[in-house]
Amino acid sequence: MEITTQEFKHCDLIAVKGRVDSATAPQFAKALEKATDNGRFKLAIDMSELEYMSSAGFRALLATQRNCKRYNRGEVVLVRVPDRIREALELAGFTELFKTFDDPVGAVGSF
Amino acid sequence: MPSLRGAEAAYPFLINMPANIFPARFEFLDEIREMVAEVARVGGFSEKAIYSLQLAADEAASNIIEHAYEGESDASLYVTCDVKGDEIVIAMRDTGKSFNPKSVKEPDLKADLSERQIGGLGVYLMRKLMDSVHYESTRAGNLLTMTKRKE
Repeated sequence: MEITTQEFKHCDLIAVKGRVDSATAPQFAKALEKATDNGRFKLAIDMSELEYMSSAGFRALLATQRNCKRYNRGEVVLVRVPDRIREALELAGFTELFKTFDDPVGAVGSF
Repeated sequence: MPSLRGAEAAYPFLINMPANIFPARFEFLDEIREMVAEVARVGGFSEKAIYSLQLAADEAASNIIEHAYEGESDASLYVTCDVKGDEIVIAMRDTGKSFNPKSVKEPDLKADLSERQIGGLGVYLMRKLMDSVHYESTRAGNLLTMTKRKE
């Protein structure tokens, strides 16, 4: 798994590549925490190169969404979610908790 | 490892199948998913079904590592995967603490963000992704058997 963060004026675009499972989810969670610890609560997560995500990754997303939405200070949105991952998120009932965007520009512009 | 009677009766071929032994650590989830994908691919399952099978196997193995072995580092996980007819059977054995997925409360998927439960999601996904999830616990260990038919 590989994570790159790009800071924009109004939000951070965080690209996660590869596979997020119980082994790598702590590293994913840490990257998200690093953003929120820096007072960045508007996060767009680009999943276009994400191959796989288990519930360990979903939990990190949920915890971050809770943190970001507190006091209306921000939100986590998902960008370019691959079909397989979208289906798993739907099964877990997560699609109602996250706005999704088909392109990063739209996501970044939404904040 | 001693065999487990109930599952043998349901899936007699399981006892003749060599089980792959994995260290019960999260770093080996990749290899477990690869093993399942390989068997499913040869068995003619679709890419969509293969992803579901990998996810179910991952959630099952993650639960065993986290809850049955509670992070014990030198424990082993025995995984068997085979296609019979149009059905794939994934079996996992462990010698850790017994853990009954039935005792896991179904997460409330309608709950809003603040009330959404973090736990129980893995077991819920396993049940949704597979056609059957069977769990049994004996003195010899725990056996989880999951099946899925080709669509």
